[in-house]
Amino acid sequence: MKMRFLTVVAAVALLAACSSNEEAGKANTGAGTAAATTAAKPGVVPGSQADFVANVGDRVFFAFDKSDLSAQARQQLAAWVVFLKKYPQDKMTVEGHCDDRGTREYNLALGARRANAVKEFLVAQGVPAASLKTISYGKERPAVLGDNETAWAQNRRGVGVIGE
Amino acid sequence: MRQTIVTAFAAVLVAAGLWAAPASAQVQIDINHPNVQPLPIAITDLFGGSAQDSQTGRDISQVVSADLERSGLFRPIDPKAFIQTPDSLQIQPRFADWKAINAQALVNGKAEMTQDGHLRVEFRLWDVGAEQALIGQAYNASPLGWRRIAHMIADSIYKRLTGESGYFDTQIVYVAESGPLKHRIKRLAIMDQDGENHRFLTDGADLVLTPRFSPTTRDITYMSYYRDRPRVYVLHLDTGRREVLGDFPGMTFAPRFSPDGNSVIMSLEHSGSSDIYVMDLRTRHVTQLTSTPYIDTSPCYSPDGTQITFNSDRGGNQQLYVMNADGSNIHRISFGAGRYATPVWSPRGDLIAFTKWTGGTFYIGVMHPDGSGERLLTQGYLVEGPTWAPNGRVLAFWRQERMNSRGRGGSDKLYTIDLTGFNERQLITPLDGSDPAWSPLLP
Repeated sequence: MKMRFLTVVAAVALLAACSSNEEAGKANTGAGTAAATTAAKPGVVPGSQADFVANVGDRVFFAFDKSDLSAQARQQLAAWVVFLKKYPQDKMTVEGHCDDRGTREYNLALGARRANAVKEFLVAQGVPAASLKTISYGKERPAVLGDNETAWAQNRRGVGVIGE
Repeated sequence: MRQTIVTAFAAVLVAAGLWAAPASAQVQIDINHPNVQPLPIAITDLFGGSAQDSQTGRDISQVVSADLERSGLFRPIDPKAFIQTPDSLQIQPRFADWKAINAQALVNGKAEMTQDGHLRVEFRLWDVGAEQALIGQAYNASPLGWRRIAHMIADSIYKRLTGESGYFDTQIVYVAESGPLKHRIKRLAIMDQDGENHRFLTDGADLVLTPRFSPTTRDITYMSYYRDRPRVYVLHLDTGRREVLGDFPGMTFAPRFSPDGNSVIMSLEHSGSSDIYVMDLRTRHVTQLTSTPYIDTSPCYSPDGTQITFNSDRGGNQQLYVMNADGSNIHRISFGAGRYATPVWSPRGDLIAFTKWTGGTFYIGVMHPDGSGERLLTQGYLVEGPTWAPNGRVLAFWRQERMNSRGRGGSDKLYTIDLTGFNERQLITPLDGSDPAWSPLLP
């Protein structure tokens, strides 16, 4: 049982690693629900943010001016659900972010919409709403610098941050 | 400050007939002509009887000259070309001397420290061709007030020669940006409209955005991420006190004062949808004005307070809407290609400025409140967030440079532009800047 869970996580982590090279919104093919292992890295506390980033993948991506979750994003979030259920004491803040091809105030609202879409998915999958917070940073906190579609796609994101 | 000034000492000297029949004045700027030739004006150093007074006089004249030049409507003549000296000007202009250098208008005056420690400044504006005085005024202020006196003189000249009220005795509040682009430090900063008297209002510990002046200019409403709770605040400039507006479960953002200063209108986000609310600052009573699952944001009142323009994606993508102040009669006003955002009602009521983008290019433009007469003033990789000077003739906005492929560049700078689309100028700030908001004329 344990082995099976760990396998899922690793597959998803792998998937997340690929996703940064792909355009947002593109459905992921292949990489399925197979399973691998988290073989915790030395020094990474299980259930911590570092664990989450390294072994689950802390972000999902959105299409331009959209907040609906792609198939790829849903797969990623399913792994978040597994993680959050495994560490029920974890609280998560879901950050919503935008690319900078939009105006500041609208993007604050769009980021909130994205963060909320992530939260709603997690809640629907059984994560207690009380353990989730959302915050929008609009276009104020880009993950990647660059004025091109590759950078923008990586900046249109929802990010999970594990905290107390 | 205004209590210390304006004893229109020589308004009486100005022939009443001149005001009654302005057509007789030869000097006049047609401000509505898009490509107006700047008016050649000779701005002499205000005469000072002592070394200190003459320095003050020179400083004031330089600020007046810079204000008028920056408007794009005036061309101050190089003082090196002046023939008549300030002391002889005290007696009477020799108009031939000023005609010889093609000055159409002439400014002279006097600065002196009074025995009770006040600065007293007189100035006159002359129509060189008609050989007539157009304005004469005197100001008393504390010596520290010399810059404001200069801006008021510039406003007075601008008004007399263009027929429009001035905008130089004003301030701009904005977001000063520094540090790496991924983690920008953003601070509120305030300065005179010419960039002088710059100071920071927040320390950069919290992300702050979208500052806007109250009608009195003494309060700023803005958004802060204090304690990771993005909320609308009001900062009282005279006391430095700041307070959060309301206690809502979700983010509050995009605040603006109502024209009477008694309310703040803003967006409130709940479960991912953003609606427009107004809070009465006296009772703290909150009224919801829009209610949809869509994004409704960037609300801004008409100057008479009866209507509100805002940004919404309820029609599929971002467009501009207008509604009554009670939330009724919502109708879309933007129908051009592309997306529209950040509508801001002109202080004159006749136009709404906006940000628009289409085909990968951003624009600053204006349209009438009924959506007609759209006109684009400037464009760029990213231009955003227009704000009106109080006379509704000039706009400030910000411009973000395009980054190169290595993620370098991408800095934000403030700019001003004339309503005609001409005379775009960078507004120099110590750091990068975004989200400018222009104050009303200072009280």
